[in-house]
Amino acid sequence: MTAPEVSGEESVTTIVTPIHLDYRYTAGLAQSRFLTGISEGRFLGQRCPRCNKVYVPPRGSCPTDGVATTDEVELANKGTVTTYCVVNVPFAGQSIELPYICAQVLLDGADIAFMGLVQEIPADQVRMGLRVEAVWVDPSELAPNLASVKYFRPTGEPDVPYESFSQYL
Amino acid sequence: MSEDDGVLRAPHVLEYEYKRSVGPVIGAFMTGLKEGRILGVVSSGKVVVPPTEYDPESGADTGELVEVGPGGVVTTWAWVTDPLRDQPLDHPFAWALVLLDGATTGLLHAVDAGSADAMSTGMRVTARFRQLSERQGHIRDIECFTPEPAGNAQ
Repeated sequence: MTAPEVSGEESVTTIVTPIHLDYRYTAGLAQSRFLTGISEGRFLGQRCPRCNKVYVPPRGSCPTDGVATTDEVELANKGTVTTYCVVNVPFAGQSIELPYICAQVLLDGADIAFMGLVQEIPADQVRMGLRVEAVWVDPSELAPNLASVKYFRPTGEPDVPYESFSQYL
Repeated sequence: MSEDDGVLRAPHVLEYEYKRSVGPVIGAFMTGLKEGRILGVVSSGKVVVPPTEYDPESGADTGELVEVGPGGVVTTWAWVTDPLRDQPLDHPFAWALVLLDGATTGLLHAVDAGSADAMSTGMRVTARFRQLSERQGHIRDIECFTPEPAGNAQ
């Protein structure tokens, strides 16, 4: 055995340890209906038969009542920004120019907000109560995933008063 | 369930690339690998490989780094018939604990023996390092261990 001299300059201080997990995701009946709707350019939700709330995307059951939500509801292409976040921080894999807006949009007819981008408006002009509509990819590019919804943009309608969506925050 | 039951399925890949700080002792071990050497650390009369900052039993600071191997003895092993993605070798191999010459603890690594019949407890193996240009300061700088020529078995 020899006492080794470890070179200072090239000393290893970090290692990269990748974790790679291969899943096969099964969407289930309710989400499959939703995603099939997305591939047709429409939002499909489901209504709870007990409390009448409409969930989108549907999970197949009502989280409040614990019963199956079998009644399908097609929602409007328009909705209201209930709350939003201005993203200023770059991160790995980012494909959108900063700053951008990630918003909760309460689609007309839904009882739960739906997350999406808000564009075609300066980031500092986005506000709670803003009326928006979904902008979809070209029909030939529609697919059963959320990349089919490019973003939401202002409709130009008057803002909605806070009281009308405060229970959805 | 059949594929035409209206339920959608898709591949979903999660990948995280963690960057870990290795500290002074494992850092020295990794640096040694880059230089084609395997280092252990002296602690309570033992030589621990890979080296640790603290004695595994007493928790006391460990001592000097020493070079061990590159040859050693297989103390236990398991044959891998169907290697998984990202395992050291893409053909059948053995995971083995190798007690390197000069060490008192075994190092877990792959042995490229060709077949399970060529594996035995007590067999001598030696480290096969990657080409210098391919080394990154990682345990994979040792590509695998290979059996030493017959006659070296203990």
